[in-house]
Amino acid sequence: MIKTLIITGLGINSEEETAFCFQRAGSEISFVHINDLIQNHKILDQHQILAFPGGFSYGDHTGSGNAFANKIKNHLLEPIIKFADQDKLIIGICNGFQILTNLGLLPRTESNHPSREAVLMPNESATFQCHWTDLKISSQKCVWTKDINEIELPIAHGEGNFYCSPATLKTLISNDQIALQYKNNPNGSLHDIAGICDPTGKIFGLMPHPERFNSFANHPNWQTKKEVLVRQKQPIPEIGDGQKIFDNAINYFQ
Amino acid sequence: MKIINVITTLNDTRSKTLTSKLKTSFQKLESAHIIDSYLINKEFHQDHLDEISKILSNSISQKTTIGTFIPPNDTSFIIVINYLPGVTDNLATIAKEAIRDHLKIDFQADESIHSTKIILLKGILSSEELISLKTQLSNPLIQKFQVFTNQQYSEKQQAIFSPPLVEIKPRKDPADTVSILTMSDAELKELGKKGIKNQDGSFRGPLSLSLQYLNTIKEYFRKTNRNPYDIELESIAQTWSEHCKHTIFASPIDEIAEGLYKGYIKRATNEIRSNKGDQDICVSVFSDNAGGIIFDENWIITDKAETHNSPSALDPFGGAITGIVGVNRDTIGFGKGAKPIINKYGFCVGNLKDNEPIYRDASLHTPTLTPPTILNGIIAGVNEGGNCSGIPTPQGFVYFHNDYKGKPLVFVGTVGLIPRNINSKPSWAKSALPGDLIVVIGGRVGLDGIHGATFSSEELDPGSPSTAVQIGDPYIQKKLSDALIKEARDLDLYNSITDNGAGGISCSVAEMAKESYGCYVELDKVPTKYPNLAPWEIWISESQERMTLAIPPEKYSQFLEIMEKHEVESAIIGKFTDSGKCQVSFNKQIILDLELDFLHDGVPLNHLQTDYTPKTPSPTQILAPENITDELLTLLQSPNIASYKFISRQYDHNVQGGSIIKPLQGPGEVNTDTTVTQPLTPEISQQSKRAIICSQGINPHYSALNTYHMAAAAIDTAIRNIISAGGPLSHLALMDNFCWCSATEPYRLGQLKESAKACYEYAVAYGTPFISGKDSMFNDFNGYDKNGEPIKISAPPTLLISSIGVIKDYTKSISIDPKLPGDLLYILGETLPEMGGSQYLVNKNDDQNEHVPKVNASTATTLYNLFTAAAEKRLIASSISPNLGGLAIALAKKSISSQFGIEIDLTNIPRPTDFQRLDFILFSETHSRFIVSIAPENKEAFEKHFQQVPFAHIGHITSDNNFTISHAGASIIKTTVDELTKNYHKPYLT
Repeated sequence: MIKTLIITGLGINSEEETAFCFQRAGSEISFVHINDLIQNHKILDQHQILAFPGGFSYGDHTGSGNAFANKIKNHLLEPIIKFADQDKLIIGICNGFQILTNLGLLPRTESNHPSREAVLMPNESATFQCHWTDLKISSQKCVWTKDINEIELPIAHGEGNFYCSPATLKTLISNDQIALQYKNNPNGSLHDIAGICDPTGKIFGLMPHPERFNSFANHPNWQTKKEVLVRQKQPIPEIGDGQKIFDNAINYFQ
Repeated sequence: MKIINVITTLNDTRSKTLTSKLKTSFQKLESAHIIDSYLINKEFHQDHLDEISKILSNSISQKTTIGTFIPPNDTSFIIVINYLPGVTDNLATIAKEAIRDHLKIDFQADESIHSTKIILLKGILSSEELISLKTQLSNPLIQKFQVFTNQQYSEKQQAIFSPPLVEIKPRKDPADTVSILTMSDAELKELGKKGIKNQDGSFRGPLSLSLQYLNTIKEYFRKTNRNPYDIELESIAQTWSEHCKHTIFASPIDEIAEGLYKGYIKRATNEIRSNKGDQDICVSVFSDNAGGIIFDENWIITDKAETHNSPSALDPFGGAITGIVGVNRDTIGFGKGAKPIINKYGFCVGNLKDNEPIYRDASLHTPTLTPPTILNGIIAGVNEGGNCSGIPTPQGFVYFHNDYKGKPLVFVGTVGLIPRNINSKPSWAKSALPGDLIVVIGGRVGLDGIHGATFSSEELDPGSPSTAVQIGDPYIQKKLSDALIKEARDLDLYNSITDNGAGGISCSVAEMAKESYGCYVELDKVPTKYPNLAPWEIWISESQERMTLAIPPEKYSQFLEIMEKHEVESAIIGKFTDSGKCQVSFNKQIILDLELDFLHDGVPLNHLQTDYTPKTPSPTQILAPENITDELLTLLQSPNIASYKFISRQYDHNVQGGSIIKPLQGPGEVNTDTTVTQPLTPEISQQSKRAIICSQGINPHYSALNTYHMAAAAIDTAIRNIISAGGPLSHLALMDNFCWCSATEPYRLGQLKESAKACYEYAVAYGTPFISGKDSMFNDFNGYDKNGEPIKISAPPTLLISSIGVIKDYTKSISIDPKLPGDLLYILGETLPEMGGSQYLVNKNDDQNEHVPKVNASTATTLYNLFTAAAEKRLIASSISPNLGGLAIALAKKSISSQFGIEIDLTNIPRPTDFQRLDFILFSETHSRFIVSIAPENKEAFEKHFQQVPFAHIGHITSDNNFTISHAGASIIKTTVDELTKNYHKPYLT
């Protein structure tokens, strides 16, 4: 069975709903506190998927994901690079994306030692924004978004404004690393970028939250959809579109 | 000391936002630029400083400099804002942690990091404008604000940046004796009001003990043949405070010997529970930090709502964040520890357009914060507290009333989830045993929050202490919450747990000591933020993010291991005993030795007398308007009715993945009164579609007319909102939060008694038990107007009723937005001429006339049960219950939310035959009504289902953009969906 290691602790908060989706996709779950992983990084060897869930690690102070990434750099960088360089998957959602970006595991345009190439800056509005947004899938390479063309997902962040140098952007485009784009850019992100993957397509970071669209009834307009189905005497679906992203990860290993 | 400056070079949205905000007040200002600086109060080598600047910044979007910041030559003014000594500095805490982890070095007790904000201004500002800038950019209670010209700045340089260190001289004795045995009544009175006198003649701040209380204390010490230590008086003052003991609700009042709490609130719950028999939903009520009801056979849900009014008046951000994070701790402190899963809020503030300044002091030096400043601050406080803790905040409201000007009300609430059994024991039961260790975990103790409990039991006056202000740190608490709820709890490592709120450990330990019947505390073992705190300060400090636990000695090492992993500080500070005494020592010297029975039950209760007769209403002089369309559009943009989408969109309501009915509904995004959330656990989510349904009711504008009907209104509103969204009456519980004013006056007490009576009668009539509650009795402001004349502003008597229920199948929940054009619109329930206190008349400055709406619980119960049965059969496609603004506003919200047109005919609206005034029919706030839309094919079944109650088919949904209401063939309202939407979403706060 595929095993997913979900990092917890120090302000991360979305581990349970993330686990819920991985579990439903057919994975076993280990919740591992970052300090436990530092104590025993060999646990990584027993897992095929590594997830950095959403949250407010270190309260977002000194820049979202920055302090947590520094902690990993101080104690865990080599084991995590080793994990990334095998045929394994990594996902970072929201704060997790910010952590992976600060670590340099994303976009990692060249497969050398990771260094910071992009940044998730404060939103153009300078406020925390929580709402649903329409997204399109751009990359053919990203394992996690396979067979999805469009998806609606909620965002909830204060620092989701993606930026990288023009040269890096060019490489992202030519490498097919732009996985997810906003249809209506909510935060000022360069090139409408909502999520990117590494050149292998196996490491994926995104600001929107697929785990928060786990049920059909999470969608803001589900009541109307349900009413139409009821009148047509059709069954009401159970599962939300966000689940597909987690299913793709498990299917990758099948 | 070294300074590291972080300068944002790319996309500096914070500076851009600040610039545009300041430009609205200061015409000649060109730009503002924010720089984050860290004062490093520790010696480092240059290469270490370089490392530190790297880890505190982002190399792509920021650059750093080391040393005093040198502003560009064209800078006009340099503003430096830092925290006052001792104020919580969350950014600095994280910076310090990051440095420690990166360089593997420790900080000594006298070494520290402090965050500072530098703002560079370009443009011309007068000296008056610079003063007004100070109030816009800082809060003098927590921050030091300095402004310099470029030249002044370069002359002073380093002197500007001194670390705000707390320096306390060591004390000779751990405690001072207070000679109350020889004090006269006048001296005792002064002691109660001003506090214990220091040797330099200054006072320590209010004990808020009445002469009667102090004489009772004097008598106790006379019997023990000694004078009390300062800490003993402070401790009794905390425990006996109105804030902690709720003496007004506990005291005999008129003919009710057992008092309002036992005689009305608790009695209602007891009667309902026995009436419901095996259908009883209550598990743990009134005895714990929160109330608990059954969710399903395996889970309990808890609920608790608190207020944080006095601190929020002084520091809105700090008051609100401390409030929301504090009520989360009430959840963590329920039973063995529930997981916080839903946050709720309610902000009551003064009129946003009221610019008339009022002052705390006669010399007019300390103005109060204005309503917009207060509202912006409390919104930001709950934003940071809720979002950062990963708890969804879907449910809430804002309410405006002129009389919240002096003291705002900040309601915060949290719903929790806990298994019914943990380790085969009921999860809600807990008890400290003699021999258990007293363990405190979380934040350290400082001077912040001294006298919070006694201060909030007082009216706000010039002497209100600024040490009562605290800033919460949701990050520390999130770690603490994870360590407890996700690990220690299920390993059965502690026997009891409670939150440290008002009164700090003096209240939490003494409260838990009731379980074992005694405690012995060593105060020198309590971790403090800085040295030399007086023992009495350590004992009563309300420093945040702390919980107290009772841990069997043999389990402590495993417990400590978990805390260390989560980076949560833990300390053993004493033992629970069965001595019957609360004993406290400092360096082995006993400085507090009180009988537990006296501490908890020694407070004397007075027999309260009331004198209140509700107003007999007169007809309003306001004439029916010619153009009702304009009335509707005006009302739609009034702040009590208009959209507060700007709040809903900054409070994360999707986190934890269980959001079902959201705070904004339909494509037109109308704020809803009811939200539905599914607790996302594999056990619940994969087996059932059960979900939690929450709402709130509040009607302070009815209070001036009749507090009995005000309370009934809040109850019915909170209940019918749940019914309207598909929740059943049979699985529904309530909470009461009374926020009163001048609660020693017979008139105010009479208003209180009437509202408590309504709570009893309506809760019993609906069969909806109260499970928890809280009161705040002195929401008065005593100060001065702009001419230096004393004024008193009392908040209107306010009762917030929060409702929580369980819906068995969330796919049968009902949102407010109509689903498809062609659907039929019905009204359920009768409309009466009840305009008293209505938003329609309030907006015309007439809130004292006409009849206030009354609730008929018996007809309402019939309707509600029928409604639930109809929802079960999926007969209803959308539903809204008319609240503020009545029928017309409810119809407008249906149209705005769906963005569909609506065509209505009022002719057949069920109402008394002589009720014909059209503006009243449209804007009357009569309770217990619903406006629903249904599929045309359900017409017959729907009408048959509701045949025994008043209802009427009043119109239908259209696919065009027109919103029209007619009566007897004549058009009354004619507008468009776009026009309604524009007015509803018009921003009212900048």
